[in-house]
Amino acid sequence: MTDISAENAALIPAPQKPVVRGYWGNVWNKLRYDYVTLFFLGLIIAIILIAILAPWIAPFDPNKSSMASRLKPPGFKHFVLGTDEQGRDILSRIIWGGRTSLLMGISPVLFATIIGGLFGVLAGFAGGRTNTAIMRTMDVFFAFPSVLLAVAISGSLGSGMVNQMITLTIVLIPPICRVAETATAQVRTMDFIDAARASGAKTPSILFRHVLVNVMSPVLVYASTLVSASILLASGLSFLGLGVAPPTPDWGLMLSTLRQSIYVQPLVCALPGVAILVTSVAFNLVSDGLRQAMDVKA
Amino acid sequence: MTAQPTERHLQPVPPGDNNDRGGKAQPLLIVQNLQKYFPIRGGVLNRKVAEVKAVDDVSFSVMKGETLGIVGESGCGKSTLARLLMHLMPRDKGTLVFDGDPVDEPHGITLRELRRNMQMVFQDSYSSLNPRLPVVDSIAYGPTVHGVATSEAKIKARGLLEKVGLRPDLFGGRYPHELSGGQKQRVNIARALALDPRMLILDEAVSALDKSVEAQVLNLLGYLKRHLNLTYIFISHDLHVVQYISDRVLVMYLGQVVEIGPVDRIYNAPKHPYTRALLQSALEIDPEHRIETPPLVGDPPNPINPPSGCRFRTRCPYAEAICERETPKLGKAAENPAEHVAACHITNPVAGHSMAGRTLQSLPVEASAPRALAAAL
Repeated sequence: MTDISAENAALIPAPQKPVVRGYWGNVWNKLRYDYVTLFFLGLIIAIILIAILAPWIAPFDPNKSSMASRLKPPGFKHFVLGTDEQGRDILSRIIWGGRTSLLMGISPVLFATIIGGLFGVLAGFAGGRTNTAIMRTMDVFFAFPSVLLAVAISGSLGSGMVNQMITLTIVLIPPICRVAETATAQVRTMDFIDAARASGAKTPSILFRHVLVNVMSPVLVYASTLVSASILLASGLSFLGLGVAPPTPDWGLMLSTLRQSIYVQPLVCALPGVAILVTSVAFNLVSDGLRQAMDVKA
Repeated sequence: MTAQPTERHLQPVPPGDNNDRGGKAQPLLIVQNLQKYFPIRGGVLNRKVAEVKAVDDVSFSVMKGETLGIVGESGCGKSTLARLLMHLMPRDKGTLVFDGDPVDEPHGITLRELRRNMQMVFQDSYSSLNPRLPVVDSIAYGPTVHGVATSEAKIKARGLLEKVGLRPDLFGGRYPHELSGGQKQRVNIARALALDPRMLILDEAVSALDKSVEAQVLNLLGYLKRHLNLTYIFISHDLHVVQYISDRVLVMYLGQVVEIGPVDRIYNAPKHPYTRALLQSALEIDPEHRIETPPLVGDPPNPINPPSGCRFRTRCPYAEAICERETPKLGKAAENPAEHVAACHITNPVAGHSMAGRTLQSLPVEASAPRALAAAL
């Protein structure tokens, strides 16, 4: 630059220090103005907190039945949301049931993301025979409808919480693997991978520094949509009697047992379903917002 | 050829380039008989049914401090050649000698060493930068791979950004999508320079830019070359740009070198009929001088099954029987950089071509189509 005289220099505003945020800083900056996503994110946090704090929040013991007050409507005596067919407080059961349902929604997705993502990145990056071996195996699982597959695996493993988790994880691995594979295969052909290799980088370094960062956001976003699917699937399994055992409060199980009383107390029967609906809608909307926020180009 | 070790130590190191090993006369890069065939698989058993002869027996050398332009039609193997030189794909045959040291051989330099000395700028400025890394990190990545501390590499990256004309505090933290095409290509150049290479392969590096930005980047390349003692291999289909930037030019056709020589001699007096046709196809700036008839007709033959003998004979107006029988040789062009040679029987007085020994300029430009084709029409 040429020298600028003092008076001219005064006219030129001092260069503003540009705001430099990291990747996650950028994501948060976009989320900050997305009020819908923020609202539902708050809702999810609230639901999770309620589930965690269930022993202190729930007004009654979820397993204490009372034959005198069975299938009462909401607002009956001190039962805010009414009672079920054994006279247990619905509100307490929904609060306690959130524990199992959320656990079933989140943990299988978490495990499946780690396992499926690993296989997907491996298949996408290695290509060739490795890809064929992994992806064709996944295709075998894909051939079954997810509910049928879950029922089949669950049936052979037996009911119970751990088995249900294993079942859901197995069911969720193929789609996540597929997403990770597609994203990786897309990244692999990009010139910056060649550029990294040309600068002498070894495969692990390229994978971590260049591939994973690009594969992570589509996989994370997709996984977050699966949370609601997983909750529904877990509820479905419980509904079919393949999930958690009856006394444990669980939204799907409650729906299943209350189903018989739908003509007696339709409102009460619908409540566990409402809980499932609200939670899964919240997860879906948050994942949608997350997808937008994580898109660097938007 | 390779200097003896004793001689090498006696040679004074030229000022400015501490990495020079072979001395001034030693070509920076010698490529010998490079070959790459891509298999085409088919059938139920996925067996190899044919081969695309993408790069076939290519030899040339690049002198220190020069810019070697590589031109040719689309699909003639220019980019494959660049990727082979960069070892981004395995070669079938051929040797590379970098400044007197064979590459990837027991007594030569390692591949890693070569990559430190030779870097590449890609055509697609968008896909050649990681969209999830701020550009300063993209530039700093190379040095960190070679063991430089991250903080040090970032300082270096900022310095490089300055060198390519981007203010580091303004652009360093940006993501590739926040830059224009020209800015991205500048970042790509900075990234290629991050390892202090001695040679840059520029694979259509300015082709995707619009003309004014292209001029800026070309000037930047010239500036960097002078200040950093660089040697360029400049691959492009733009004949004007190649003429502007190159010292020597190599013309490729169907995976082979058809002509190589100093830029003025190639552009003023091409020896190979293909080179002449290629140069004629370049648009004149003066509309009065534009040609109406195409200098060449037809598509290049299929590289899966190239014509016997001279590969250009199917489109050459001077093709004779000898061209079908014998493959014209470039000769020992790889050894002498000042030489202007073409792989054409006409240039060889003893080859048996009826026009042998005559210069291309003395030959009539009468037929734009080969005689066989003209007869059929």
